[in-house]
Amino acid sequence: MATSEADIRPNRLDKAEIEDNFTDLHPPLSRSEALIEADRCYFCYDAPCTTACPTDIDIPSFIQKIRSDNIRGSAHTILKENIMGGMCARVCPTEVLCEDACVRNTHEDKPVEIGLLQRYATDPIFEQATQLFEAGESSGKIVAVVGGGPAGLSCAHRLAMLGHRVKVFNRDAKPGGLNEYGIAAYKTVDNFAQREVDYILSIGNIDVENNVELGVDFTLGDLRDKYDAVFLGFGLGAVNALGLDDEDIPGVEDAVDYIADLRQADDKSTLPVGRRVVVVGGGMTAIDIAVQIKRLGAEDVVITYRRGAEQMGASEFEQNLAQTNGVTILHWAAPTSLSRSDGGAVTIEMERTELDQDGRLQLTGETFSLEADVIFKAIGQTLAGDTLAQELGKLDVDGGKIVVDANQATSIDGIWAGGDCVAGGDDLTVSAVQHGKVAAISIDRSLRNG
Amino acid sequence: MADLKSEFLGIHSPNPFWLASAPPTDKAYNVNRAFEAGWGGAVWKTLGEDPPIVNVSGPRYSALHSNERRVIGFNNIELITDRPLQTNLDEMRQIKRDWPDRALVASVMLPMNEEAWAKYVPMIEETGADAFELNFGCPHGMSERGMGAAVGQVPEYIQMATEWCKKAASIPVIVKLTPNVTNIVLTAKAAKEGGADAVSLINTINSIMRVNYDTLTMFPTTDGMGTHGGYCGEAVKPIALNMVAEIARTQETRDIPISGIGGISDWRDAVDFLALGASNVQICTAAMVYGFKIIDDLTDGLSSFLDDKGMRSVTELVGKAVPSVTDWQYLNLNHIEKAFIDQDLCIQCGRCHIVCEDTSHQAITNMVDGVRHFEVIDEECVGCNLCVSVCPVDGCMSMRHLEAGTDPRTGRPISNEKSNWTTHPNNPMRKDK
Repeated sequence: MATSEADIRPNRLDKAEIEDNFTDLHPPLSRSEALIEADRCYFCYDAPCTTACPTDIDIPSFIQKIRSDNIRGSAHTILKENIMGGMCARVCPTEVLCEDACVRNTHEDKPVEIGLLQRYATDPIFEQATQLFEAGESSGKIVAVVGGGPAGLSCAHRLAMLGHRVKVFNRDAKPGGLNEYGIAAYKTVDNFAQREVDYILSIGNIDVENNVELGVDFTLGDLRDKYDAVFLGFGLGAVNALGLDDEDIPGVEDAVDYIADLRQADDKSTLPVGRRVVVVGGGMTAIDIAVQIKRLGAEDVVITYRRGAEQMGASEFEQNLAQTNGVTILHWAAPTSLSRSDGGAVTIEMERTELDQDGRLQLTGETFSLEADVIFKAIGQTLAGDTLAQELGKLDVDGGKIVVDANQATSIDGIWAGGDCVAGGDDLTVSAVQHGKVAAISIDRSLRNG
Repeated sequence: MADLKSEFLGIHSPNPFWLASAPPTDKAYNVNRAFEAGWGGAVWKTLGEDPPIVNVSGPRYSALHSNERRVIGFNNIELITDRPLQTNLDEMRQIKRDWPDRALVASVMLPMNEEAWAKYVPMIEETGADAFELNFGCPHGMSERGMGAAVGQVPEYIQMATEWCKKAASIPVIVKLTPNVTNIVLTAKAAKEGGADAVSLINTINSIMRVNYDTLTMFPTTDGMGTHGGYCGEAVKPIALNMVAEIARTQETRDIPISGIGGISDWRDAVDFLALGASNVQICTAAMVYGFKIIDDLTDGLSSFLDDKGMRSVTELVGKAVPSVTDWQYLNLNHIEKAFIDQDLCIQCGRCHIVCEDTSHQAITNMVDGVRHFEVIDEECVGCNLCVSVCPVDGCMSMRHLEAGTDPRTGRPISNEKSNWTTHPNNPMRKDK
């Protein structure tokens, strides 16, 4: 049982130090660095990096264009497949995607830095707002897109390119979804998420309405009546519960909500930061909250995960990032109960876990407890709200997520879906962008044939 | 360690690496530094008549770069020395006195009249220089005044000027040849007939480096206008090697000593020139790109190489590869090679496949049993070496000689008998065996 006072306060570090802690995690390449790195690309045939890219970017081509100083051509090669190529250059886990597939790994164990090159090629396009795309000749059709995140915006942009008008219904105050509210701040500095959104919308023929929620402000039925097609890309609005008693006690918070506040804060030094923080979870969000809270001045930050390092959803790079930032990762331990002292500190009781002979996770009986000022839940997200569930009752759902086919079409004619809200996804920005693109192409085909 | 001592036309130097006549040998200060660094000799920047020429004060050099800004090719529009003749002569005399064991060669460029040669040659010889090198190669500026390459492109002029020089000189005369000709043997022969003791080659190649993409003018320019320069550096080595080998293997010119020049950057380049018939080598661009210290790699690299080959001196290497150079018509058409991929080294980049598929003989797989896999299809492979040339992994791809059996491509048995175009049935001009 915790006995101490909760120590939660802003200004653990001074403003300048915090600003310094939240600068670009991977600074962009200079021109010389980019040219030297581009020279390392072998221009592979049927390149494994392209195969590994969820959006099929022709990576050898965009790198070759960097080599010849054809930056606009390079950016076009990237953005025509992935309109969020700028953000993906910052947040893609390249170490498990394109860079993992690079043949240089076989040759010398050091892949071409594809992510950084992609950023080098796309940054000038966003900085100068150079329009590389134009809205297609009008089809006279209008499509409703629910969700202003990567899936929805990607779908909207492609639909506009293909000649359709688009109306985006966005739940949040700003479009961008997790790019704006979720991704760690040091991965997308200088308000890049909004600059990217502005660039996407500048193609024209896309109207965005913010602060409107499906099931609250409008229904699927409304959309089906008024629009020629519907795309659902509203992500996952709720955080998974730990399934423990007293989960709602003060001091136990959703990591996703805290990160959203952090991303929107004008002055990060004003955020309340606990001295001792425990994060429960093993994915990217767990790493993002742990590293960011550490950089805001928390002294002791511990991630607990019920399985081992290899099973963590966070990549090896992300795990190393946490550890080099002074975060401790405790593997093979699951929370069993929560309690709060009069002083406000929270105690989380943990029990050691292991795999049984059949590979199932089980508790070992060995327990320990951790005392913290704040505990963050970061064990994944789920579709939000009962009203939404009601809305979706008409759609095939699997494991709480929408079932789609290879064209991102749902079980109901005229409705497509993509991004984190569909089953079988990997919760990556780049996959959401691909879903939106594939859906748009399928919607276009359907509208023109139908 | 193999002895690198070199003798060229009776001129001794501690190693066969001379600095070519160019900016690095413009004055005593530079040549002193070069000799301190260990260079075997120096061909002084070309001397001319007084009053000296004038150089532009804008860009004289420009480079062809790799993305890493490594200099691959180099271009210059500098003319011969722009200092008074006497200044050069005084400094040359002092250098020769201070460095008696190093070769000092006087490069000269004079107008096409015998009086000029008769006047200047003895004056220059007095410095103690070991030899003359006649600059018949400079392709820019001087050629517009009837000198340099303007002489070097006309065999009769080469012969005439060489004769004038020989008449006035008592030390050896080397004729430096321009590559801006269609047949190097003709100019080499003219030098020989004029009495030259040796030839040196190549001088630089006419070149324009590129266009300025902003102004759409040639690049670089002097106040908006540019002129062609002379191209040198690594990129020109293969051109130089061919010309050296042509002189070394042609009946009429094979006995004239050659000083090899053109893109030598490290000791292996020197081995190329020496094995193809040069007796020593001259270097400029590599020194202008990296400084004089490169002499360390040149000398100990060459020395180690000779040790590995069991050779005791540079002389043993000279001309070793010349007998392997021949005309196409004498190549053995019965010899069959196939490309081979070492699967343990293959990194699966697929470059071999795509170049063969797109531009050659469709002789490399990209998929075997549904899996990405690159393998040579012997039934299609003509042995062209394209795949080996583009493979990025050293040692992964090689050519293998089929010594017996049947060529899977033609279905014909492999013959160990040599057969070339001169007797081939498809040759309408064939000779009977």
